[in-house]
Amino acid sequence: MQDKILTRMGDGERLWLSNTDLKKDIAEGTADAAERGNVPELTQGEQEQLFTIMADPARIVSVLPGEEVIVSDDGCSMSFYSGQDGGGVGIPMSRMQAVLTYERACGADTTSIGHSDYSYKPVKPIINFETSDYYNISMVTTAPLFYGAQPNMGLYFQPDGPCPNPSELLPLGEIKAALAAQEEAAAMLRDDLVYVGTRLAAIGCEGLNFDTSGSAGDADFMAALEAVADIKKSAPGMPILMGASGEFVIGMHGEVEFNGKRLAGLYPHEQVKVVEDAGADIFGLAVGTSTNRTVAWNLARAVTFLKATTKVADVPVHVNVGMGVCGIPMMEQPPIDSVTRVSKALVQLGKADGL
Amino acid sequence: MHIAHIMASCMGGIRTAGDLVAWIQMTRKMKIHEAKAYVAEKLGIEVMDLTNEEVMRPLREELGIGTVTSVAGSPKGILAKIKIAELLDIQIPSVDLFKSQI
Repeated sequence: MQDKILTRMGDGERLWLSNTDLKKDIAEGTADAAERGNVPELTQGEQEQLFTIMADPARIVSVLPGEEVIVSDDGCSMSFYSGQDGGGVGIPMSRMQAVLTYERACGADTTSIGHSDYSYKPVKPIINFETSDYYNISMVTTAPLFYGAQPNMGLYFQPDGPCPNPSELLPLGEIKAALAAQEEAAAMLRDDLVYVGTRLAAIGCEGLNFDTSGSAGDADFMAALEAVADIKKSAPGMPILMGASGEFVIGMHGEVEFNGKRLAGLYPHEQVKVVEDAGADIFGLAVGTSTNRTVAWNLARAVTFLKATTKVADVPVHVNVGMGVCGIPMMEQPPIDSVTRVSKALVQLGKADGL
Repeated sequence: MHIAHIMASCMGGIRTAGDLVAWIQMTRKMKIHEAKAYVAEKLGIEVMDLTNEEVMRPLREELGIGTVTSVAGSPKGILAKIKIAELLDIQIPSVDLFKSQI
């Protein structure tokens, strides 16, 4: 075993760590997740296994043959033609060309399309364009084709939307007005999600992705859950992947519930149960990456939350592993040494059903 | 970044049986081991061979469920998905819509 291990910080910066320090970071990371989520820490054996993955001198690591999982996606093919903001490489190609390239040249398990803004609100006025593109592409793809976007309730607040902005009301002590604004926005968001989902279902949508649900807090998460339940009533055969936006649901409202369950503060092992209750088919787990801690510390936290979640989940759990999530460094070009270590650890130790 | 995940952990899509297992997770809510076992049984192969290109490449061509390399005249797209839905005994929304229009 070498004396120092080449690894990275959560912002991607390279550094050398001693074996002792790397093991200490793993222990601290799992302890932090266990305390926050009230879930078990990784066992000593699991911490050793994570250390072995992190300490592997190879540039790239992988799961063993037979351990492979499904890699679903959230607009990955958009990266072929989009710009820097979306991690895109700017190749002038159509959506269909990008999807087929991702399916056939990259061997992806699923493909997807989505609006460039990647929020549902701007999809509503152009739904005819989106359904037309979706239908045309679904005729030539073989792997499952998702339509994905984020609920993103923040777009419903002034100045981007019609509702008063709770972030301005709360500092003024206007608590009731802030709560009412979130409830109003959540109702609008729910209607838009159901509208877009229903229109896509009508043209044979193979899978709908509510990506990063709850990014504007618990009312955002509630609107997504309610929309899933509503869409499932009219289109029970359209699979829905509902992904979260962080390790706990932020209580911007604090009192909203889904089927009697208060949503604020739910950790992933609790989030998955309300997502199942709503009728979603796959749960997307998300844990934020701290940029001023090491990848080892962040990954130990993510694996700890994931292990507790897959243990209680009745639906497949696909882990969000984009930039700045679940141990992936928060940077524009996440280094493949870190990406593959995160990939391997989440599958082998967290028992992910997919990524 | 997603290419790195595909290389590290992915089943391989239509190169192997990744799309088939994904269909089962999506339509039957099966977790990974259960979904793999279901697909392997339908294909009549060992679970380990689901990601074995040497087994899956000729099998996909034989079943007409789409191959990663382009074989002229061989099913791809919606025709391959019609066969996948029949093979796996699942309902695929795009297939249901397409068949309703024939």
